[in-house]
Amino acid sequence: MSFLDRAARDWLLTELFSGMAITLRYFFKPKVTINYPFEKGQLSSRFRGEHALRRYPNGEERCIACKLCEAICPAQAITIEAEPRADGSRRTRRYDIDMTKCIYCGFCQESCPVDAIVEGPNFEYATETHAELLYDKAKLLSNGERWEVELAARIAAEAPYR
Amino acid sequence: MIQALVFYVFAAITVASGVMVISARNPVHAVLFLILAFFNSAGLFLLAGAEFLAMVLVVVYVGAVAVLFLFVVMMLDINFVKLREGFLQYLPIGALIGLILLVELALVYGSWSFAPEAPLSVATRVPDLAVVTNTDALGRLLFTDYFYLFQVAGLVLLVAMIGTILLTLRSRPGVKKQNIARQNARTKETSVELRKVPTRGGI
Amino acid sequence: MANLWTGYIWPTAITVAEIIAIIVPVLVGVAYLTYAERKVIGAMQLRKGPNTVGPFGLFQPLADGAKLFFKETIFPTNANRGVFLVAPALTFFLAMVAWAVVPFDEGWVLANINVGVLYLFAISSLGVYGIIMAGWASNSKYGFLGALRSAAQMVSYEVSIGFVMIAVLLCVGSLNLTDIVHAQAKGVWFIIPHLPLFIIFFISGLAETNRSPFDLPEGESELVAGYMVEYSSMIFAMFFLGEYANMILMSATITTLFLGGWLSPLPFAPFTWVPGIIWFVLKVCVILFGFLWVRATMPRYRYDQLMRLGWKVFLPFSLVWLVLTAGVLEFGGLLPK
Repeated sequence: MSFLDRAARDWLLTELFSGMAITLRYFFKPKVTINYPFEKGQLSSRFRGEHALRRYPNGEERCIACKLCEAICPAQAITIEAEPRADGSRRTRRYDIDMTKCIYCGFCQESCPVDAIVEGPNFEYATETHAELLYDKAKLLSNGERWEVELAARIAAEAPYR
Repeated sequence: MIQALVFYVFAAITVASGVMVISARNPVHAVLFLILAFFNSAGLFLLAGAEFLAMVLVVVYVGAVAVLFLFVVMMLDINFVKLREGFLQYLPIGALIGLILLVELALVYGSWSFAPEAPLSVATRVPDLAVVTNTDALGRLLFTDYFYLFQVAGLVLLVAMIGTILLTLRSRPGVKKQNIARQNARTKETSVELRKVPTRGGI
Repeated sequence: MANLWTGYIWPTAITVAEIIAIIVPVLVGVAYLTYAERKVIGAMQLRKGPNTVGPFGLFQPLADGAKLFFKETIFPTNANRGVFLVAPALTFFLAMVAWAVVPFDEGWVLANINVGVLYLFAISSLGVYGIIMAGWASNSKYGFLGALRSAAQMVSYEVSIGFVMIAVLLCVGSLNLTDIVHAQAKGVWFIIPHLPLFIIFFISGLAETNRSPFDLPEGESELVAGYMVEYSSMIFAMFFLGEYANMILMSATITTLFLGGWLSPLPFAPFTWVPGIIWFVLKVCVILFGFLWVRATMPRYRYDQLMRLGWKVFLPFSLVWLVLTAGVLEFGGLLPK
């Protein structure tokens, strides 16, 4: 009997048609597409996007040129040169990140003792040339100014887990 | 007038591509020209009112036979330098054979004569084309008067096919073959066994 | 002079107009078939498909065309230039000339020839040359393998297509496509008595047009793009257009042979008011949806399985069915004429 059953199934192509039925059902299901440039998906507060250098609320830059980020960077994308500023405090003269080397591991952010270098929520910074992706200190600081509200909110949200 | 023009176009292309078949350096080009020749002969058939033959020529020769031809020729790796070796050496023999053939053809052509009643018998077999279509007429002829010859032609092809299969078929031991029916017949019961694995015990 | 006008020029002009009236809708159909394909497959994968260019993405085909048009045409080194160029032109040309015998409606056919079915069959069997020439002339291993696969595949499936056609022709008694539709007007659509043949023809049609799950000649995962691997720009577009036009042609053939061509599904009032061409287009669309649906569902066949299906399943089955049909017609007294 099972032989007859099987033969009937084979000859009536039941497997083919059940497969087709599944795709047809999906055809009418609501679509899950996010209409990207117009709609965007939810980002975690731990999302690691474009880098930024932050400042204190009084405008003083946070980075103290400890070079921990430079040391830990597995891709060696960060280059820092430091020297005492006129007021005697230790600051960076140069803070470059080669964004084409960066692997977005977030170690720099983890290692920073003063929450100066952070990876922000921005992921839309494609450029037309390679040179534009070699970020210098001015670019990183301006990123920090632009994204400060969100960066602060993200750090606050993550604070309980640190 | 138009018909004559079309005839000469088809005929000229047929002949030209025929010449190209034997003169083309590249064997693949030769086969492609052969196909062009077939195709134009089909056009000539059409002009003669034999639409069925024209289509069958395209389907059988162009669509199937020449594809296999091309298939084989494309995969050949012909060394032309080696092929032309000894060309002059064999030239006299080749020319002689060609000459003999030419003389024979001329002899045949010179002494060719139709039986006087032959055109008459052909005429009686051809039904009125206005009433019966080409396909119909051919079918009637093939399946009545020439039925046995038709069957014999089929048998010859069958023999050729069996011969080819016999020549190429070899049973090799140890070859894994897929048996789809058996695969389909497998069920969860016959192929999966669930066992309780004791900790640190293994199976 | 008047004779020249009425005898030659005027009829030629009318024929040219008719040809344009067929080709232009076919090409528009091809353009929107690519759009429909992306939409349908997208929907079946819970995506939206193209929706940015124009309303609902309706101008997407135009954008694609413009993109291809402005691309650079690349000839591979050592490619056989003549054959390389002829191949896509041939594919495109064959996909267009086949439409000459397709009856869109009562009397709406460019050339109502007596051997219409054979003509379609001949043209579709010629289609393999475009592919085989492209693969050979590209001077590429991928292209060549794709061409070889395609040649063997198309020749194999033409055999079962031929037998299916013969079985239908037995029920009609004519090779004329218009007569085939008329025969279905008198009786039932041939899909009803010949349902298994319809399925075989549909599947063989997929193989003949190199569609998924029989898209081994393209086989992007192992052959990159098969015979099209070296093509770019407009010569690639010619292949693309030819292939999709062949899909529509295959659907039109299935419609004519099995689904009653331009006939309305029910032969009474509200249905017969709709013009036949609308029914024809609707039926073609249904079959085309089937093509896309199968592509969204089935994984690609393995080559030996493909050959097995063609030669060991379809061929014997259609042959037996052919004999069966002949027997039923002969002994049931149903022979046409």
